[in-house]
Amino acid sequence: MPKDFGFGASSKRREDVRFLTGNGRYTDDINVYGQAYVHFLRSDVAHGTIKSINTERAAAHPAVLRIFTGADFASVGGLPCGWQVTDRFGEPMKEPAHPVLAQGKVRHVGDPIAAIVAESAAEARDAAEMIEVDIEELPAVIDMRAALDGGPLVHDDLETNLCYDWGFIEDNKDEVDAAIKKAPHVTRLDLTNNRLVPNAMEPRVAVGDYNSSNDESILYTTSQNPHVIRLLMGAFVLSIPEHKLRVVAPDVGGGFGSKIFHYAEEAFCTFAARELKRAVKWTASRSESFITDAHGRDHVTTIELALDHDGNFIAIRTSTLANMGAYLSTFSTSVPTWLHGTLMAGNYVTPLIYVNVKAVFTNTVPVDAYRGAGRPEATFQLERVIDKAARELGIDPIEIRRRNFIAKDQFPYATPVALEYDTGDYHATMDKLEEIADLKGFDNRLAQSKSKGKLRGLGLNCYIEACGLAPSNLVGQLGARAGLYESATLRVNATGSVTVMTGSHSHGQGHETTFPQVVSEMLGIAEDQINLQHGDTANTPMGMGTYGSRSIAVGGSAILRATEKIIAKAKKIAAHLMEASADDVEFSDGTFRVAGTDKEVAWADVCLAAYVPHNYPLTELEPGLEETAFYDPTNFTYPAGAYACEVEVDPETGKVDICSFAAADDFGRIVNPMVVDGQVHGGIAQGIGQAMLESAIYDEDGQLLSGSYMDYAMPRADDLPSMVVDHSCQTPCTHNPLGVKGCGEAGAIGSPPAIVNAVIDALSRGGYSHVDHIDMPLSPHRVWEAIQT
Amino acid sequence: MYDFAVERPTNLDDASRLLAKDETQVIAGGQTLIPTMKSRLASPKTLVSLTGIDEIKGVSPSQGSVTIGAATRHVDVANETRTLYPALASLAANIGDPAVRNRGTIGGSLANNDPSACYPAAALAGDAEIKTQECSYSADDFFCGLFETALSEGEFITEIRFPIPDRASYQKFEQPASRFALVGVFVTQKSGQVRVAVTGASEEGVYRWKEAEQALSDDFRREAIADLIVPAEGKIVDIHGSAAYRAHLVKVLTGRAVDSAH
Repeated sequence: MPKDFGFGASSKRREDVRFLTGNGRYTDDINVYGQAYVHFLRSDVAHGTIKSINTERAAAHPAVLRIFTGADFASVGGLPCGWQVTDRFGEPMKEPAHPVLAQGKVRHVGDPIAAIVAESAAEARDAAEMIEVDIEELPAVIDMRAALDGGPLVHDDLETNLCYDWGFIEDNKDEVDAAIKKAPHVTRLDLTNNRLVPNAMEPRVAVGDYNSSNDESILYTTSQNPHVIRLLMGAFVLSIPEHKLRVVAPDVGGGFGSKIFHYAEEAFCTFAARELKRAVKWTASRSESFITDAHGRDHVTTIELALDHDGNFIAIRTSTLANMGAYLSTFSTSVPTWLHGTLMAGNYVTPLIYVNVKAVFTNTVPVDAYRGAGRPEATFQLERVIDKAARELGIDPIEIRRRNFIAKDQFPYATPVALEYDTGDYHATMDKLEEIADLKGFDNRLAQSKSKGKLRGLGLNCYIEACGLAPSNLVGQLGARAGLYESATLRVNATGSVTVMTGSHSHGQGHETTFPQVVSEMLGIAEDQINLQHGDTANTPMGMGTYGSRSIAVGGSAILRATEKIIAKAKKIAAHLMEASADDVEFSDGTFRVAGTDKEVAWADVCLAAYVPHNYPLTELEPGLEETAFYDPTNFTYPAGAYACEVEVDPETGKVDICSFAAADDFGRIVNPMVVDGQVHGGIAQGIGQAMLESAIYDEDGQLLSGSYMDYAMPRADDLPSMVVDHSCQTPCTHNPLGVKGCGEAGAIGSPPAIVNAVIDALSRGGYSHVDHIDMPLSPHRVWEAIQT
Repeated sequence: MYDFAVERPTNLDDASRLLAKDETQVIAGGQTLIPTMKSRLASPKTLVSLTGIDEIKGVSPSQGSVTIGAATRHVDVANETRTLYPALASLAANIGDPAVRNRGTIGGSLANNDPSACYPAAALAGDAEIKTQECSYSADDFFCGLFETALSEGEFITEIRFPIPDRASYQKFEQPASRFALVGVFVTQKSGQVRVAVTGASEEGVYRWKEAEQALSDDFRREAIADLIVPAEGKIVDIHGSAAYRAHLVKVLTGRAVDSAH
């Protein structure tokens, strides 16, 4: 019986009312009295030495307040990288300076050279056109192999374009090499995980403000994690102590990772507001977003899977070049390492695994986390190579996976790549997939496609991901320069309503609906009596924000802990009111009762007593009802599932149509099934975007060829099939109190290999069995070319 | 975008007079011009809008042809030619997205002559007559390469007359991002004569594939062009397709247009 409120109910997303009626309050909706506007003059070449910047004419523009260049930031810190990776030789990664405004050199198209602050955005842009910049263009390096093979240096002082050469687990390398050498069968696959532009619907915006009466800086920004921005920008860039710095991230129109990072424009607006004693606003144009938002993915990989004659996995060896772009974005270095290498076991028992990653600087936009962040890259190579191996060995692709699954009774399962999976049942999700994808009916559909002259294919894959980031002590050992707990404050108001303040941040996920569901379940009060406050460092406890599918697992657990504290205190108040011992008080459905008696007191009466403590044990208990909890997880959560996709390929044109997509996920316990459906739908849509359409393509001079929607193909409604998603297989997480696993990234992680597997299957069935791989996106042109060769 | 003024004349004479002035630019639906101005790649001082002139709007059928006012929006062409000229209607109905179709005009598209636009193929394959406030052009004389037409300074299209063919079809293969034609082929047959116009493929812009016209005039079946070879030379190369791919699509889409012509 579906519930209509609380844990497990498909409560409607309350925030959608304001989003869908145009009443959201986004950063660009915030205008501060007297604000000025900044326009960034950006490099139009990928690599060059700045010979001179002449701002004289521009500065004379009557609307210009001031023009800033790199020189103005000489005494200011650079943008920090939040994760130090140690290479396979024990040395720290190479960490170049990342100035707010370019100093001496430009390193990618879009690198900011000067910032023009004027009375209006249009006048700032007019003045920017009057600046004369003399850049001596240098040869650019775009290709990662060229960058490592004596190409031009992106950072001269580093004397190399190699950021790090990471081995994981380095001690296992020789054993893995030996196992692969003597294995009966080795399947090898070279592939690229295509570079993506995040394309959040809302471009980035920053408004810096300064209050001279109390020396406080305020930054309004499009961020997934305002506290993290406050810490990074305050401590590392501008040296503003946190008590003098407030960061507000109001409604944010999508992030997908790209709004985790601390960007130059945020630091600039905050800095300039202090300098000018006026608020300074920047709103990115879409064109600017393409060349300044951190991109995603961009891995070039060779993977080898060693198997015995029965298709049992013996060893995996994988070697990846990971593009860092021109600078290290905030969490860039962790993505190809700890968020990627640790996932190479997938859902399978593979005794030996070795992962090598070389991170490379190039003259391109920095690359960082994008929905899934490292885990899609791991899943893609693993699930592609398994499919290829199945084909080579003549084993059914489902059968080869089942043969190697970690069995239900093997949990908790320690992988050879450092993770301990707490729970899972991979056969159950595969069973469910076979049912919801109607695999039995495939042959009929195949025949129908054939009659239309189309090639039909079925592709499937499994995935597992580690999310719900993350145990702070563990990530600290791995190089994170931050903790990854989450916080919550519950403020129970005098009349019994509740304000929940969370360090998580909602930028589309539906927290304002789902988080109150948790509290509603625990307190037995209506959801509409509970509201969620987030996104403002001034009125939320220090928290780490939203990414890595962590919000319900970590943020939700913090809320649960804070609610438990509230209940414990409320029981003491209730005990006093009922003249009973607190130990005898039970609480359910919003009523406190003394066990074994008919004495009871309502939630609202207890709340009122807490704030109007006329009859109250004041000597033993503080008045008020407000509690804060910080929750630090002891492990990641491990959602997993099995996905299937059917495609039709038009052999004349190479055009691929996705006919159906089915997803069977195990997210543990589910707070709001409808919201989870939406997360999976959205993730799959992004996966389809990556697999079929999207690609950031640079020419050899470092110009982004797909730098607008004329050439960068985003998935549209008619590119997407109707999706069947199921999350009835539930193995609850054992280490967080909610039993939940993250669900935000699963769809984007799990879907690309199913699509590519389906297309390869279609080509194979259609007589093109020589095609064993096509790099994403599977554009008509690429598929047609693969058929031709 | 730089500052500019807008004039909205309500008759052709006023429009011509305004456009005779310096630094003026005609604007119809603005679906190309406005984004260009927003990127500061165009800076006209004065825009002269044609969309206030009622006499160059609307679809009027006459004996054996249909005349469409230059300022008629795609959505109106799609709706009003559906029974008269289904191939043209379906072309119009698949341009861009609803926002584009509710603003963009047929005259604007033809005058811009984007090498990947749909309407130039319809005009050329349909042997359309393109009238301006000054004179009249056959489609064969109108298109002169990428973004180039026979229009002179200050001259603008007023209406387009399409003879109704016996059968026709437009096959567009969409570029995945812009959904312009990666290649588009418009085929018409009238009194046994076939015309085939190709957009999106050539570095020279829209063109007639005359070998196919001849073959199909003799035998209006897909098989008639089976032996023809479309050379890759001179075809557009970009991140969405090679010259060879575009050449291949020209033939595939021509065949499909023949199959589906009605």
